[in-house]
Amino acid sequence: MNDSLTQRLNKQRRSYQLSVLCFFMLLAGLIAGLYYATLQIDYVWRWYNVPKYFVYQQTIELKCDVEGDVTSTSLKDGVAVVKVKQGDDVSTYEGEAQEISVEPGDVVYPDDVLASGQYWKAGILILGLILTLKVSMIAIFFGIFIGLFGGLARISDNPALKWSAVTYIELIRGSPLLVQIFIWYFVLGTLINTLLTKYGFENGVPPLWFGVAALASFTGAYVAEIVRAGIQSIHRGQTEAARSLGMTYAQSMLHVILPQAMLRIIPPLAGQFISLIKDSSLLGIIAIRELTKATREVVTTSLQPFELWFVCALLYLILTFTFSMFLQYLERRALVQ
Amino acid sequence: MIDVRNVYKTFLTPHEVKALVDVTSKIDAGEVVVVIGPSGSGKSTFLRCLNQLETADSGHIFIDGIDILDPKTDINKVRAEVGMVFQSFNLFPHKSVFENVTLAQRVVRKRSKAESKEKAMRLLEKVGIQDKAAVYPDQLSGGQQQRVAIARALAMDPKVMLFDEPTSALDPEMIGEVLDVMKNLAREGMTMAVVTHEMGFAREVADNVIFMDAGAIVEVGTPDHFFKNPDHDRTKLFLSQIL
Repeated sequence: MNDSLTQRLNKQRRSYQLSVLCFFMLLAGLIAGLYYATLQIDYVWRWYNVPKYFVYQQTIELKCDVEGDVTSTSLKDGVAVVKVKQGDDVSTYEGEAQEISVEPGDVVYPDDVLASGQYWKAGILILGLILTLKVSMIAIFFGIFIGLFGGLARISDNPALKWSAVTYIELIRGSPLLVQIFIWYFVLGTLINTLLTKYGFENGVPPLWFGVAALASFTGAYVAEIVRAGIQSIHRGQTEAARSLGMTYAQSMLHVILPQAMLRIIPPLAGQFISLIKDSSLLGIIAIRELTKATREVVTTSLQPFELWFVCALLYLILTFTFSMFLQYLERRALVQ
Repeated sequence: MIDVRNVYKTFLTPHEVKALVDVTSKIDAGEVVVVIGPSGSGKSTFLRCLNQLETADSGHIFIDGIDILDPKTDINKVRAEVGMVFQSFNLFPHKSVFENVTLAQRVVRKRSKAESKEKAMRLLEKVGIQDKAAVYPDQLSGGQQQRVAIARALAMDPKVMLFDEPTSALDPEMIGEVLDVMKNLAREGMTMAVVTHEMGFAREVADNVIFMDAGAIVEVGTPDHFFKNPDHDRTKLFLSQIL
C-alpha cells in the first residue's frame, strides 16, 4: 500500500472521529446548559423521589373500631380474620394482612391495629403506562380491521362502498384528533349512554371505550390509505394473471395481491402505529388516566415537573422504540419468507 | 371455438383511441391463429377482449358457444377455460414455481393437493423445468419464467390458449425455448391465438394469420398466401418493413 493512500485513509478516519466527538460534545453541552439554567431558577432536582411513582410499598392496617376482647384470630392465605367481642356482640374484622398484632384474650380499643401488612404496589406512572399500552393495542387491533376494509372499499368499483370509504377517510383525516375525541366523548358518548340508560342499561359505556373508538377510527382512516396505496403499488399484471386463471376478485386479492401488498404496507403501518401510541396522550382530556394524564397528576402533587416530564417522554420513547423494533423484526421475517 | 362478431372497443383515457373497429373473426378448435400488426394496431386489445381483461363496447364474443359479453355469463368460469400468457410473464413473485402452477388448480378447480401436484409436476416436465419447482420466480431466467407461465395456464386444462407477445420481453437467446414449447402445444392440437412479432413462428405454425392495423382486421390468410402474396397494400408495406 502506498503512503499517500494510507495518509488519506488516516485523514478520513480522523475527520470521522472528530465529527463523532462534536456530536457528543453538543449533546453534553445541551444537557449542561439545561442543568445550569435550572440552577439559575433554584430548581432542586430530586430524582430519588421518582422511583416511588413506579413501585412503592404500601402498609395496610386492619383497625378495630370498638372496645372489647379478642376472641379468636386466624391468618390464612394472606387474609386475617379477627373476632372482637363487645358485651354480647361479636364483630368480625377481615382483611389482607401479613401478620396479626393481637392474641385471643387481648383487650382492644378503637383505632388499635389488629393486623397489618406491607405490599409492593405499582405506582401511578406504571398504571398509566399500562393503560396507554392497553388503549393503543386495542385501537391498533380495530384500526387494522377498519383500515383493511376501508382500503378495499376505497378501491372498489361499487359507489356505495367507495363513497362511504372516501367520506370516512376525508372526514377523519381532515379534522384534528382532539376534536374527534371530543365528538366521540361529548356527542356520541352522551347520546349512547343516555339512550342506554333510557332502555335500562344503567351503567353505560365507560369513557375508556370512547377513547379507544376515537383512536381506532382515526388510525383506521390512515391505515385505509396505506392499504390502498399498498394494493395499488402491486403491478396490474398480477391481478390480470390471477383473474385470467379464473380466480374471483376476492380470491385474487386473498392469494395474490394482499400477500404481496402486506410487505409494502408494514413499514408505513409501523409509523402509523407509533403515531397512535403518541396520540393516545390526548385521551387524558376525557378523564382516561393514561401515561400523560398520570404524569400530570403526579406533577401536581409532587411539584417535580422537570424530572417527571422527562421520565414521561422516556417511557413513550421506550414504548415506541420497542414497537418499531418488533415491526422491523416482522418485516425481516416476512422478507426472508 | 372462438367466434368474434362486430366487436368495437374505444379507450377514453388518457385520450380517445379506437382500439377495435368492427372486428369479426373465427378461430376453430385445434386451429392456431397468429395476429400480427404494427404496435397500437389493437392486436393485444383483441386478445384481451377474448377473456374479458378488456370489455368490448359492443358486438358479440362467443367462447365455446358462450356469449361472454352477456351480463349473465359467469366470466370466471369462462376464464378458467381460456389460458393466457403475458408479455411480462406475471408470475406470482411470492410463490414458488410449484405454487404458481398449483394455486389456481386448488382455488378455482378445487383439486386435491395430490391431484394438483401431479398435474403441476407433469406440466413442469413438459416445459422442461421440473428441477426448478421449489425455486421462486426471481431466480429464473426470462425464458424459464415464461415457460412456468405457460405451465400455470395449462394447469387449468384450458380449451384455448391466448399468447400476448410471449417472447417480446425475452433475451434473443431465450426466445427459442419458449417458441419450442408453443410449437409442441400447437402440434398437440391446442387452439391458440398468438400475438407476436416472430414471423418465423407464424410461418411455421399458424393455420391462419390475421393482420391488424388501426383497430381493424386488414387481412386474413394462410401463412403461405399471407407472406408470399398478400392482397392489401398495407400488408405489403408492413411486411416490407419487417422482413
